[in-house]
Amino acid sequence: MLSRLILFIFIFLASHLAGNVRGARKKTERGWGWNQLRRHCGGARPRPSAGRRLRGAQIGCRGGCWAKMAAMKKALPPRLVGLTFFRAVSTSSMGTLPKQVKIVEVGPRDGLQNEKNIVPTPVKIKLIDMLSEGGLSVIEATSFVSPKWVPQMADHTEVLKGIQKFPGINYPVLVPNLKGFETAVAAGAKEVAIFGAASELFTKKNINCSIEESFQRFDATLKAARSANIPVRGYISCVLGCPYEGKISPAKVAEVTKKLYSMGCYEISLGDTIGVGTPGIMKDMLSAVMQEVPPAALAVHCHDTYGQALANTLMALQMGVSVVDSSVAGLGGCPYAQGASGNLATEDLVYMLEGLGIHTKAGKGQEELLGLRSFTQTWPTS
Amino acid sequence: MGNVPSAVKHCLSYQQLLREHLWIGDSVAGALDPAQETSQLPGLPEFVKIVEVGPRDGLQNEKVIVPTDTKIEFINRLSQTGLSVIEVTSFVSSKWVPQVAAGATEISVFGAASESFSKKNINCSIEESMRKFEEVVKSARHMNIPARGYVSCALGCPYEGSITPQKVTEVSKRLYSMGCYEISLGDTIGVGTPGSMKRMLESVMKEIPPGALAVHCHDTYGQALANILTALQMGINVVDSAVSGLGGCPYANGASGNVATEDLIYMLNGLGLNTGVNLYKVMEAGDFICKAVNKTTNSKVAQASFNA
Repeated sequence: MLSRLILFIFIFLASHLAGNVRGARKKTERGWGWNQLRRHCGGARPRPSAGRRLRGAQIGCRGGCWAKMAAMKKALPPRLVGLTFFRAVSTSSMGTLPKQVKIVEVGPRDGLQNEKNIVPTPVKIKLIDMLSEGGLSVIEATSFVSPKWVPQMADHTEVLKGIQKFPGINYPVLVPNLKGFETAVAAGAKEVAIFGAASELFTKKNINCSIEESFQRFDATLKAARSANIPVRGYISCVLGCPYEGKISPAKVAEVTKKLYSMGCYEISLGDTIGVGTPGIMKDMLSAVMQEVPPAALAVHCHDTYGQALANTLMALQMGVSVVDSSVAGLGGCPYAQGASGNLATEDLVYMLEGLGIHTKAGKGQEELLGLRSFTQTWPTS
Repeated sequence: MGNVPSAVKHCLSYQQLLREHLWIGDSVAGALDPAQETSQLPGLPEFVKIVEVGPRDGLQNEKVIVPTDTKIEFINRLSQTGLSVIEVTSFVSSKWVPQVAAGATEISVFGAASESFSKKNINCSIEESMRKFEEVVKSARHMNIPARGYVSCALGCPYEGSITPQKVTEVSKRLYSMGCYEISLGDTIGVGTPGSMKRMLESVMKEIPPGALAVHCHDTYGQALANILTALQMGINVVDSAVSGLGGCPYANGASGNVATEDLIYMLNGLGLNTGVNLYKVMEAGDFICKAVNKTTNSKVAQASFNA
């Protein structure tokens, strides 16, 4: 094996380091706190991904950790891997990022509906109130679906009636059909959302009808919403892949998007439902959709099942999309992959946007979001 | 996502789904379909070299001490994956000549773009460290031994805060001109975002060709893949990563560490970039080492796939 390995030696400046290494192992040094880092990093406030609020600075130094190690490298000639479905990305799209991004917080709905434990109603209400105080301008509160399908959302009316409705913040709710719409309006809903899919099989499994039939169902809801002056947001699932059909063509996504937009949805959220997408495929899909629907009417809803959500979102921003769905604490798993992670985490999204100098319309920024994360980890469950 | 009824259990198994639809590439020998090759958009490198730092940067940040034969088994498994560069650790003294006698054929030197970090880490200023490295790299070159240079804190420092792109350029240029064949620019505490990555690379690339640069992103704030995508779009084609995202961050308790090799390969495969690496085998090596150090993987791809 040695003959195939290339040894790396990290030069250990022993004459300088020996004492330092021994000392450094025993103590952590207090370095810059996060507020100081924020000031120097141009406003981006770091956050601990473990979900705990940092108490002061935990800056440790391993003293010579880099320099004391030797490395061995193994060299093999690279082999080409055959791939038949992929898209590369050009650099021409870099650089034109939106100045402002609207974040649609879907934690209380998309996030919670995928959590196994039923969260008590008062806890849901508190979560939404905390999100409101966090400065988010759109918070999806609940879903008026049958409790038979989604037990987590059984308390939809109580939640919608119980939350504080801050001025300037929208609280859309999901409605599967006209009946759900009517119940939602009776409970005080001022904005609703409907759900389509770019996959026939997914539509069949999810709502037991074809895509065309689903449009007919939506039509009733959209007409009623128009009469009541209630804006409707459209969601499209499986835009970058389907757990049943596999690949989804960008043309199909464009077709469904165009239909929902022409039926009266003011915004269409394009969902990578099972998180399989990568930036090239996101770009292809958006290129097709943007030929039919203006970018300002589009949003992306990326799941982080394969860790691609933020990279995919960045690509969408480069394409001109300026509305992004995310979920506080990355709530929600994936029902198609047990143990997998769920939505893009709002904190990580805000961190990136702030680092890019993009205004998020979130008045207060990360501090409140940090508090929210620890809240979601300690709530009681029934 | 809308309602999710019991239909879930009738969908394709995840491994089957992904294999059949080739979202993650299988290790199929042979060249790319020429039609596919020409359909690739310009701007991205065709081949990306992954430098696997799990056994070194990853394990050094893990609390559990891994027994030697476990390390060897781990590296052996990584060797089967197609990875062309795997870094492994062993403690050495400054007298590196014996290592050369033992068969070492490459060396690495670690600089930093921050004076404070340099002082705290190796107890000397950047200038002093460069002078030391110069001696070493020059001697190595006389013996025909290539040298790789690392620059820590390229996007931020736990002591100084923000680091100017000019400083990173200055240090990188110094390492490059003394003879390092490749400079790995490290976002040591993972604070960078695509904007700061772009600004830093724009500055460095005025002095050093992209072919001699690599990025080493930590995922402390979940920004690693977005930062790497930005680097690829700028023309960088060497990326450091660690299987299972091994390693934490000594500057942020509980934080995640390196970008996970599995998640990186997933993205590169999806972008149509060749890596020569078999994702499944990397996932298996990751599963092995996570069990050995008794921790959950930091790779989202592994989380989604092994539990499905």
